[in-house]
Amino acid sequence: MLVFTISRIANAIMVMLAVAMLAFVIFRLAGDPVELMVNEQMTQEDRDNIRERLGLNDGTATQFVRFVTNAARGDFGISYRNGQDVLTLIGERFPATLELVLVATLISLVVGLPLGVLTAIKRGRWYTESLQFLSIIGVSLPSFVVGILLILVFSVVLGIAPSFGRGEVIQIGWWSTGLLTPSGRAALILPAVALSLYQITLIMRLVRAEMLEVLRSDFVKFARARGIPRWRIYFRHALRNCLMPVVTMTAMNVGSLIAFALITETVFQWPGMGMLFIQAVTFLDIPVMAAYLCIISFIFVALNTLVDITYAVIDPRLRNAR
Amino acid sequence: MTSDTSKPGAAQPTTMLQRARGSDVWWSFTHSKSAMIAATVLAVLILTAVFAPLIAPQNPYDAAQLDMWKAELPPVWQEGGEWPYLLGTDTQGRDMLSAILYGTRISIVIGLASVALSLLIGMTAGLVAGFFGGMIENVLMRIGDITLSMPTILIAILVSTVVRQLLPSELREIGASAVLILAISLSAWVQYARTVRAQTIVERNKEYVQAARLLKVPARRILAYHILPNTLTPVLVAATLNFGMAILTEATLSFLGIGMPPGQPSLGTLIRIGNQFLFSGSWWIVLFPVIQLCLLVVVVNILGDWLRDVLNPKLR
Repeated sequence: MLVFTISRIANAIMVMLAVAMLAFVIFRLAGDPVELMVNEQMTQEDRDNIRERLGLNDGTATQFVRFVTNAARGDFGISYRNGQDVLTLIGERFPATLELVLVATLISLVVGLPLGVLTAIKRGRWYTESLQFLSIIGVSLPSFVVGILLILVFSVVLGIAPSFGRGEVIQIGWWSTGLLTPSGRAALILPAVALSLYQITLIMRLVRAEMLEVLRSDFVKFARARGIPRWRIYFRHALRNCLMPVVTMTAMNVGSLIAFALITETVFQWPGMGMLFIQAVTFLDIPVMAAYLCIISFIFVALNTLVDITYAVIDPRLRNAR
Repeated sequence: MTSDTSKPGAAQPTTMLQRARGSDVWWSFTHSKSAMIAATVLAVLILTAVFAPLIAPQNPYDAAQLDMWKAELPPVWQEGGEWPYLLGTDTQGRDMLSAILYGTRISIVIGLASVALSLLIGMTAGLVAGFFGGMIENVLMRIGDITLSMPTILIAILVSTVVRQLLPSELREIGASAVLILAISLSAWVQYARTVRAQTIVERNKEYVQAARLLKVPARRILAYHILPNTLTPVLVAATLNFGMAILTEATLSFLGIGMPPGQPSLGTLIRIGNQFLFSGSWWIVLFPVIQLCLLVVVVNILGDWLRDVLNPKLR
């Protein structure tokens, strides 16, 4: 078990190094950072000073090592655009994104689980078939389209929900939350729904497939023979056995939701990490881009590794698999 | 579920067409209402896109044809709408219907090209990794692991940003579609590589491959003519579903402003433009491209889902 854990963590570190390498290569490819920082009044001497200060005169290998060690300490340099510390910038935006993602995850579980059970136990009825069809549409709708349609209906036509921003936020230490104010909660509704829609369809389809499998199994037949009420069989016996993959998928998807939130955030002008990233892309603000890439990959890799290790704890057979 | 009794043409099929009509796939196609509807809609969408220059009332790329006096006209069935602007015009007097037809064209072309390119990359990587094994396999599959450890949209954004930076500035506008195709393919090839590799490892040890090896058939030929055809079925299903994904990724990138430029708008670019007028009451500028994009992706996905069910015997 210890060997397995160590190998998994080593694997994760390798992936992170590769991502850091990628971020570093982007740094190099995207042009001379000095040119992006200077203005016309600067002399050649000033430019040389900046170059020296940024360490651009050192060898590539030295620069890469420095980049990795700095990144591991959370130092991603300063933004080209406004000269602020990149980590502080992202730290300011992180709570907004995380709140959005967690609320969206919650919505997708609350809606997706019952729908999945329903489509499994009432298979073949017209309403479950149409739900099944709707889920294909749900998978096909790009999240920015969902956002636009929600804004069109609820903000433009009905005028009942705000369509941009985060509303009022309250600072708790370095964390800013919109959950405690009415306007903050109102502003969260549409983006969270938009972000959760894809997730809802995924959970619904997964639960349905798992339920259909479990309902065929012997212990369900036996429970029926014992005369246990149906709803109890469905929700206590069958659903419980489906939850494992659902929980795994939900946990692992938190990472991709954080990444995909950048689309929702752009549509709703939600001041999260993703919007920061898109702005950085348009301004070619490389340090912010590199930091975002590293942080997202870190969350992704950490979640994956955690899930792998948890699985191996639960199921010893998996420990020998590579 | 499929019964053989109602199958037409049990006699020895000769031509390709006859063989296709006698196949399981054709049978279940003609017996699936949703597949037939989806295929019809897709055919209409593709045909109208291909023949857009003939059908569209206006060439939306030709600035001379744009009439500023006709800007922001609503669709014809609304008050103030005018022929021939069936779906209205945008703020530059561009006919929405024409823009949508031309945009669909761009979306479909980019979608197809990126599926083709990612198939090429993925299948080559999968075949080589599965057949030769060892060091090559390790390196290729590790690259795949790392690609998968990042969300696809992020990879696409990064690739398109970096490649665009590398292009000289006068090529950026023209090369936009090529950059997108590359970006989307590089974010989608791993799935093919994994599928093909797994299948190749199975086929590699079968007798017909060993026989070919003993006959000193070159590895390239064994891969292309012996192993490749046996890995195609799962790849075909994945490719259909990925066609929808590719269109979506392209639309998303264009919507975010890092895809097709406004000069040659794809559906995503049109939605990006229209999104700015969401609150001005000109709903048609955004809603019609949205509907077209959704329709396109939904029918592709329905076909993909159907194909997966048909070709996967386990699901019957």
